[in-house]
Amino acid sequence: MTEQPPRPDGAETATTDPEAGDSGTGPAAAFLEGRDSLRSATGPYFGAYGGRWMPESLIAALDELETTFEKARADPEFTAEINRLNRSYSGRPSLLTEAERFSEHAAGARIFLKREDLNHTGSHKINNVIGQALLARRMGKTRLIAETGAGQHGVASATAAALMGMECVVYMGAEDTRRQALNVARMELLGAKVVPVEHGSQTLKDAINEALRDWVANVDHTHYLLGTAAGAHPFPAMVRFFHEVIGDEAREQIREQTGRLPDAVCACIGGGSNAIGMFHAFLDDPGVEIYGFEAGGDGIDTGRHAASITLGRPGVLHGARSYLMQDEDGQTIESHSISAGLDYPSVGPEHSYLADIGRVQYEPVTDAEAMDAFRLLCRTEGIIPAIESAHALAGSLKVANRWAAQGVTGAGRDVEAAVIIVNLSGRGDKDVATAAQWFDLLDKDTAEQAAAGEEQ
Amino acid sequence: MSVPVSQASKSAAAIDRARQAGRAALIGYLPAGYPDVPASIEAAVALAENGVDLIEIGVPYSDPVMDGPVIQDATVTALANGFRVSQLFDVIASITARTDVPVVVMTYWNPVLRMGVDEFARRLAEAGGAGLITPDLVPDEAAEWFEVSDRHGLDRIFLVAPSSSTERLHRTVEASRGFVYAVSLMGVTGARNAVSSAARKVVDDTHAAGAARVCVGLGVSNASHVAEIAEYADGVIVGTALVAALAEGGPDAVGTLAAELRTGLD
Repeated sequence: MTEQPPRPDGAETATTDPEAGDSGTGPAAAFLEGRDSLRSATGPYFGAYGGRWMPESLIAALDELETTFEKARADPEFTAEINRLNRSYSGRPSLLTEAERFSEHAAGARIFLKREDLNHTGSHKINNVIGQALLARRMGKTRLIAETGAGQHGVASATAAALMGMECVVYMGAEDTRRQALNVARMELLGAKVVPVEHGSQTLKDAINEALRDWVANVDHTHYLLGTAAGAHPFPAMVRFFHEVIGDEAREQIREQTGRLPDAVCACIGGGSNAIGMFHAFLDDPGVEIYGFEAGGDGIDTGRHAASITLGRPGVLHGARSYLMQDEDGQTIESHSISAGLDYPSVGPEHSYLADIGRVQYEPVTDAEAMDAFRLLCRTEGIIPAIESAHALAGSLKVANRWAAQGVTGAGRDVEAAVIIVNLSGRGDKDVATAAQWFDLLDKDTAEQAAAGEEQ
Repeated sequence: MSVPVSQASKSAAAIDRARQAGRAALIGYLPAGYPDVPASIEAAVALAENGVDLIEIGVPYSDPVMDGPVIQDATVTALANGFRVSQLFDVIASITARTDVPVVVMTYWNPVLRMGVDEFARRLAEAGGAGLITPDLVPDEAAEWFEVSDRHGLDRIFLVAPSSSTERLHRTVEASRGFVYAVSLMGVTGARNAVSSAARKVVDDTHAAGAARVCVGLGVSNASHVAEIAEYADGVIVGTALVAALAEGGPDAVGTLAAELRTGLD
């Protein structure tokens, strides 16, 4: 019924729509009583989470970063530079696309996709790296280091370093460098050096450990460009700040396209940067249900998953107190997910807080559920999503079908009239090999080669 | 965050005994459970028998961000061999049963949190441990540890670094009991060819901030390093070199190296 209007070019979107979605009776109402706002939490603590569980050697660098960030965010020159690069380099604002054929599987609810997949480098990651690279320049640092799992944040960091003429070193688990050889080549094409991490479990968490070790030794001229809204203060609040543009745009776009706020927003959660960027704009809208979908891997009963909030316990890792997958001794448990971007055994501390107070519902989505949604979006919308984002797509269908089962949305609206925004955090080009193997699309020889590559 | 000076500090007493003998203290680090629990106990006793004044026992942890490859590999081995945190207390009790040299524990914070700070401290005190060195716990986050360490009479040894501001040095010195651990350089554990030029300044600044005992660790691997640092610090901490010796030659090699390191002080 609502036509998708042509995209406005810049920020001059309508701001006068009434907030038709604000019922004040949703599940969020209780905790909002007596509280002005959940937005713009500054850290270092989000309830009992966050903080700085870090070696003393790095505290001075964290202080410098915090001071620089606080000054920059209040500096119109800095925010104008961010806006300029977002517009002229990253391609923002990203579209909000109604997925009409995909929505046919959503019990009548209308699903809209926030198209972070259309950003330069193919995901939301660019928002954060541009912001942090500008901060690094303000601090006079000439070298960026980053961790990466499958390579998306590494590619984004290498991109920002190239754009700003900085040296870039990316730490990547040795196993991942073999499995993601093309992304290693992309980073090298962009001028970055990729260091395979051979120690520990050789996964993303070990890449972060190694990046922290590098940072301790080179902190005088090096900025650690952490890729997610986790880690020690000020990283969680700062990374969120650079991603808030996702939710801010989506909130305006949905009001413009539907005349009201959505009934739910959905995002996938690894460390949680795309999710917090999307959620932030809606935290104070009590009528908007918010859902974060963690990687359920083979299933949360199997032990092979990355569902930190669903099954973890509070602990400290990489500088923050947050939900953490850990054993009885406090040793970090290795996470598992078909999606490398969600394969992290903890989660940003603000998410832990939002989970505890009940503002956001966090649920696991298995590899199989995510891959079904992946294929569905490919075939109904002609969009190949990142497997990370496919977790959010699968979750949105669950939410809609749950509403259908109970007759109405959480706020009591007819499902037929319900609106859901899904953050399509990245494009799936990087996942074609994984998906082809999952769906058995490769011919036998190629499949064997791919399988052999996995086992090396 | 008051520091009750009245509480007897075992690690301070060990450093003071060395000082009365006219020298700096020698502190040796080894991980618990490496290569296995019995050998880690033997190696620690070998430290005590060869002139080490204070033993530092590390808790193997999955994500040791302040450690270089040698100690990482040792702790990975210990964990792969099935080391459990509850065995730490057996290791400490076995060492303290065989030597009067005090034992402090170096641990990343999550294993302590997981067990419960009070439970961990109670079991450590019962095993005869002297306190904790906490590489990823700064005083800013240590409210619970202040209370618990007071309750159980344990030393709390925080780190200072070349990057620490004067204000942070003061705060950390005030928060610490036993001694202050001065990181000699900006980096992780591991042998270095020479002692960092930053070490002396950190020690001097930490003394100036009020510390009675400042011990230097990171990159200290031979007797001449030990002798150099002993000129300005109250204690010298050796880790990676001892772990490498244990890997290559077992507890005997640890004893031999400890005796050699000790020549740097005599």
